[in-house]
Amino acid sequence: MTTSGTDVSVESVVRRAAAAHRAERGALLPVLHAVQAELGCVPQEAIPVLADEFNLSRADVHGVVTFYHDFRREPAGRSTVRICRAEACQALGANRLVSYAREAGTPVGETSADGAVTVEQVFCLGNCALGPSVEVDGRLHGRVSPERLGALLNGTV
Amino acid sequence: MQNPTIVYVPRDSAARSVGADEVAAALQQASEQGEFAIEVVRNGSRGALWLEPLVEVVTEQGRIGYGPVTADDVPGLLAAGLLTGGDHPLRLGRVDQLPWLARQNRVTFARVGVIDPLSPEDYVAHGGLRGLRAALALDPADVVAQVTESGLRGRGGAGFPAGIKWKTVLECQGEGADLKFICCNADEGDSGTFADRMVMEGDPFLLIEGMAIAAHAVGASEGYIYLRSEYPDAIATMNAAIEIAHGQGWLGKGVLGSTLDFDLRVRVGAGAYICGEETSMLDSLEGKRGMVRAKPPIPAIEGLFGKPTVVNNVLTLTTVPVVLADGPKAYQDLGVGRSRGTQVFQLGGNIKRGGIVETAFGITLRELIEDYGGGTLSGRPVRTAQVGGPLGAYLPVEQFDLPMDYEAFAEAGAMLGHGGVVVFDDSVDMAAQARFAMEFCAEESCGKCTPCRVGAVRGVEVIDRIVAGTHRDENLALLEDLCDLMTDGSLCAMGGLTPMPVRSALAHFPDDFLGGRKLLDITPVHRTEGTA
Ligand SMILES: Cc1cc2nc3c(=O)[nH]c(=O)nc-3n(C[C@H](O)[C@H](O)[C@H](O)COP(=O)(O)O)c2cc1C
Ligand code: FES
Repeated sequence: MTTSGTDVSVESVVRRAAAAHRAERGALLPVLHAVQAELGCVPQEAIPVLADEFNLSRADVHGVVTFYHDFRREPAGRSTVRICRAEACQALGANRLVSYAREAGTPVGETSADGAVTVEQVFCLGNCALGPSVEVDGRLHGRVSPERLGALLNGTV
Repeated sequence: MQNPTIVYVPRDSAARSVGADEVAAALQQASEQGEFAIEVVRNGSRGALWLEPLVEVVTEQGRIGYGPVTADDVPGLLAAGLLTGGDHPLRLGRVDQLPWLARQNRVTFARVGVIDPLSPEDYVAHGGLRGLRAALALDPADVVAQVTESGLRGRGGAGFPAGIKWKTVLECQGEGADLKFICCNADEGDSGTFADRMVMEGDPFLLIEGMAIAAHAVGASEGYIYLRSEYPDAIATMNAAIEIAHGQGWLGKGVLGSTLDFDLRVRVGAGAYICGEETSMLDSLEGKRGMVRAKPPIPAIEGLFGKPTVVNNVLTLTTVPVVLADGPKAYQDLGVGRSRGTQVFQLGGNIKRGGIVETAFGITLRELIEDYGGGTLSGRPVRTAQVGGPLGAYLPVEQFDLPMDYEAFAEAGAMLGHGGVVVFDDSVDMAAQARFAMEFCAEESCGKCTPCRVGAVRGVEVIDRIVAGTHRDENLALLEDLCDLMTDGSLCAMGGLTPMPVRSALAHFPDDFLGGRKLLDITPVHRTEGTA
């Protein structure tokens, strides 16, 4: 393990998160969530530290991190906009929102050039009676029109 | 100053998604300015989601509703005498007498939208804990017997009798059975379903009560709620409720003064649909990739960390307190055939009046979609409804007289699942929907078995070829074969049921699969992060 500045801070974040969940059974997921909450992602340098904390192989930890959609390897933009693409929102034109995002220069899966916003897809936000639904940084929005998505992408609402 | 008037504004995330927080803030502000004395209480949602934000004012004539209200409406409403139930174009009358609500039979959802979800006093005043108290006075085997007698079947999709599962766990004795778990499946990944979320946000103590009853019934000491990360409000509400419940002595050592010790934790999922499948959920709870396990062993015998484990859906566990409180007979008296009690139907998609309809099994799809739902939101004709989530069948209007009943649906080649009904108007392209079903499976398969992992990818390609008109007949036959293979050869119902939406689309809407056209401009569903 190297001793570069960032490495030490990643290591300390991981060790602190692991310590906070020490008493829990099978706590890898809560620890990964905690690491991501602090660092914005689960960086590569976190893997060996997690392996050490959980007495697992690096491959095992890597396998878990990459299995779940939520865990990102690099931080997202300053704001994350998730467009629901599941059936109930499809029935109300979710695809129009996906096209709109693409035409606005931030297609699903990408971050705007200035790092302001990352656009992602999600399958159901539990708001299926008030679709199309979009989530912005954990906040749910219902009946989202393309115009409103534009405002959400620009951060003007 | 006079006593403030209580005004309810839902805190449910669906209500918040259309401006409930802004409405609450506007009312609060009016109160702080001194002209009006208002106490804003944030309740759950009544489930009449098209009326959200639905504001309710406590008056001498009962709770008077107004909706849908925007923050801009608030000054006008107050001027019109909102606080005494005054007239206004948005006035709906007494909420409990709204025909849409009055016709329902709210059993599991009885308190949702009525109480302040995090008030233990409200909970008890509205009948909370009656079930748990009754259960604690009984032997575990008698609790299990009552649940069996009620006819309650798992609400997560498969409809397995809850009492029989509990009996298996209870009867695990001796070595290895020193520790047992109750795991609540709150992964609710199916599109078109939101009842788990709403009951957790609107009546969280009910889930805690149900899980404590299960713990007593089978001899478990620890519980987990596996809650999807897409539901931050439900996570926050459940965590707060667990802390309050500990303070009240409803959890922890000696629950309600009994000998039951029960601890409960929320575990947050990480965006994998497959983790709603119970064995995958158990692996995820253990901190692993959410891979589906081969059965046997069944989780009831070898579940979480190899210990006997009850896995039940949120709605199953939140129905248990009612069964214990009012007795199994009352519950069993509702419903039809082998589908006893009520189901919490969820109307979504292109529907005018979407939301929660809790009613006895046996209601028809038509009654749900037309009478309760009012048809499409777009105003165009209904073409199809997908029932039971992404793995459920697309039903044509001609089948809308099917009664909502597990067996009747199975006979029709469909499934009731978690009770979600997603409505589409006549602009839907059924070939695109069939393709999406395969794509979704390819995207969300855990990858353990080949029929699901590879079959779904092939399925997308074959549908594309059919629609493009390339060797249409051969490819249709190939699709049939592929569907057979996935149905028979998959390890779990992810691959096993994906053919259901595909086949139903093909059977009922063959014209949409005629060749020679490019599929609707649908953006491919490609993965963003992770591989699950
Ligand atoms: C792919 C897949 C996804 C599932 N998702 C869920 C879910 O989100 N919630 C749920 O309760 N059950 C889900 N199930 C069903 C569970 O495997 C299991 O049957 C259920 O949790 C048992 O609880 P119950 O008997 O109370 O319904 C899913 C099954 C499959 C195959
Ligand atoms: S399908 Fe989009 S919120 Fe459920």
